[in-house]
Amino acid sequence: MSLISIIFTALFYISLFIFIVGMGRKIRQFWITPVPLKIPIAPTPLTQTGAIFKMIREVTLFESLFRSNKWIWLFGFLFHFGLLLVLVRHLRYFIPGDLPEIFLLIQPFKYAAFAMIIGLAGLLVRRIFVPRIRYISAPSDYLMLLMLIVIGVSGAIMTFTSNHTDVMMVKAFASGLIVFDWTNLPTEINFLLHLFLVLVLLAIFPISKLLHVPGIFFSPTLNQVDNARKKRHISSWALKQEKENTVKLEQTIGKDE
Amino acid sequence: MAAKEFDIPELPTYIEIPELIPDVMKGEGPFKAIDEFQNPLGFPGGKVDNWKEVAIEKMGDLKSKYRSVQVFLDSCVKCGACTDKCHYFLGSSDPKNMPVARQDLFRSVYRRYFTFAGKHFPKLVGAKDLDDEMVDDWYNYFHQCSQCRRCSVFCPYGIDTAEISMAAREVLDTIGLGQKYCNQILGKALTIGNNLGLPEPALRDTLLDLEEEVEEDFGAPVKFPLDIKGSEILLITPSADFFAEPHIDGLIGYGKVFYQDGVSWTLSSYASEGANFGMFIGSYDIMRKAALRIRKAALDLEVSRVMVGECGHAWRVAYSFWNTLSGVGAGAQSGDEYALKLQNQLDDRYPQPQHIIEYTYDLIQRGKLNFDKSENDERTVTFHDSCNVARATNMGGIEGGQFILPREVIKAVCNNYVDMERSTIKEATFCCGGGGGLLTDDLMEIRIKGAMPRMQALKQVETNEGVNTLAAICAICKSQFSKVLPKFDFDPYMIVSVHQLVSAAIILDKPQEAIQMSESQTEATDAVEAKEAETE
Repeated sequence: MSLISIIFTALFYISLFIFIVGMGRKIRQFWITPVPLKIPIAPTPLTQTGAIFKMIREVTLFESLFRSNKWIWLFGFLFHFGLLLVLVRHLRYFIPGDLPEIFLLIQPFKYAAFAMIIGLAGLLVRRIFVPRIRYISAPSDYLMLLMLIVIGVSGAIMTFTSNHTDVMMVKAFASGLIVFDWTNLPTEINFLLHLFLVLVLLAIFPISKLLHVPGIFFSPTLNQVDNARKKRHISSWALKQEKENTVKLEQTIGKDE
Repeated sequence: MAAKEFDIPELPTYIEIPELIPDVMKGEGPFKAIDEFQNPLGFPGGKVDNWKEVAIEKMGDLKSKYRSVQVFLDSCVKCGACTDKCHYFLGSSDPKNMPVARQDLFRSVYRRYFTFAGKHFPKLVGAKDLDDEMVDDWYNYFHQCSQCRRCSVFCPYGIDTAEISMAAREVLDTIGLGQKYCNQILGKALTIGNNLGLPEPALRDTLLDLEEEVEEDFGAPVKFPLDIKGSEILLITPSADFFAEPHIDGLIGYGKVFYQDGVSWTLSSYASEGANFGMFIGSYDIMRKAALRIRKAALDLEVSRVMVGECGHAWRVAYSFWNTLSGVGAGAQSGDEYALKLQNQLDDRYPQPQHIIEYTYDLIQRGKLNFDKSENDERTVTFHDSCNVARATNMGGIEGGQFILPREVIKAVCNNYVDMERSTIKEATFCCGGGGGLLTDDLMEIRIKGAMPRMQALKQVETNEGVNTLAAICAICKSQFSKVLPKFDFDPYMIVSVHQLVSAAIILDKPQEAIQMSESQTEATDAVEAKEAETE
């Protein structure tokens, strides 16, 4: 194996390790942090089914964002939906051996790369030129978009121009990572850049704003059922306090008890 | 009135997103609470020596106790969707009044002290040190948020600035920087029982005077009972209803509805406050202390129903939090003795707690109330959805009931009703500008500027539809509008309680007539029954 292949193979496992451990810790933190109060936000679902459908609409259609700002919704949706299709198509590289026939059907998903790039470009343009959004942007906010654009463009160049990379070699490399049968990877700069940035993205996932991905599912305003009067909701620490009677009326204040 | 001079915003034909004017609302914030108001709540008065360590520790504590705080601090992608949603930003142009920028005052410090990226690459991710300037900004700008939650409706992740604002205020209180207005009031509420500091004898006198006045004006013995053990209903209402205009006309309205229904009800001198400023300062414990007074009153007075008067955040605390804080509600698990002690006493045929609007609406639906709608004919009414009612509660157990029920009550007693523009009502309603602990004269500038979007929508229906009455079901909205309406060339008396409209139109049974009336009703029922028997 070439040195570059060894480096990228190592990088892959390191990034994946950081991603899994980091996300695991973060999700655990979200999970174990209590929700002391009922704080669903209108329009509130009155049933559990309603709450599930609300979450599905938020995650798949970005319903609140649509209500809020049509431009951000359009670019955001193009990017996320494009990314989803592109990711599905990328599965081909990680499945060893012959592909199931279904993959013939998703071949056209490659065009989603354009949706993704247009969406990202739109978001970047807004970030630079809308003063309100420029005001709230940190360097990392621009970098994140630039990184994704470079990933998208380098990928599109390999797919749509004559700068093809050796996809069979990519497949051997990628599926080899999964089954621990390591091989060399193509060394075109486009491909290396593409892969490197994806690995960086994976590694910074748990320490960046990409945490919105797990975050949305834990957002109490979105996932709570509006049934506070019908069912008593109480968190672990509040229940402990109640049982031990640590908050008393006469404590500190209240000469009247 | 604040000493500082400022311009009152002009009302545009439609709301434009303003150009940013950084730091235009920078300042010292509202008056700070001294020892006398801080210490009884368990907070130091004045910035403590090691305030930085205390603040960071408190932040860590809060984010480990509130999932909302942790998730919201981590999840914002700075998409900008909320940036034009805050009435204080629209009215003031200060970019730090954009919800995300307001949150970032807190988030940037969180990143600096609690995240890998912020500890090692602060510049890259916009992490900032907690220094004197930052704390000043916290104190100033977190008291320019009315916790109205409008931004949360529009956030793709539901990030609620109110949660961050409450957390920030709790940290500020912990290091000794409390707000005088809220904390002074809490002291009164937690010792005397209401925000006005009205002791039992004064309250009793007020209510007796009111009874006399109402009987004189309307010729019916409408009662305003206090501390009557064994009553069916305990009414918890904002203490402003006892004194302030136009609030008191709403209280008269509740009394008339109770009278007409013939139900026994009572106020409590011990728990004579619906408002719960514990929510504004973000303290679970203090909010719970205030809520416990209501539990105690309900138990002591042996009532079977707890009802809440017209007050926005009181209804949020009652509807969403009482069951959690003090067991006033239903659906406690079988082993939950604490909650069941009260819940077994409460009548499960009614929602607990119930809003006065739900109660009146139900009576109207059942044909128990008669109205002369022409009494309100000189009015063309519009309804201001108060933020806490609109975005944090429900009424009637139907989706959007908190929007439907008040409007239906108004329409049942008024002939002329119109809504303001759709993007400024219901879940997207604009705050009055005085909520969240901002209803104090030392914050008059931000109150007036923040009222601009609501005033703009009102101006539109005034011009186009001839609206001359603004109805609301929130004590803070009523007080705030009374103050700010004239600044925008409206009649300050155009703001009314919904139950003031009910009060004007309701036909009361007079004492002698009452007997005849019930007889004729019995006859009518008999006739209907006879008819039904025939058809069968």
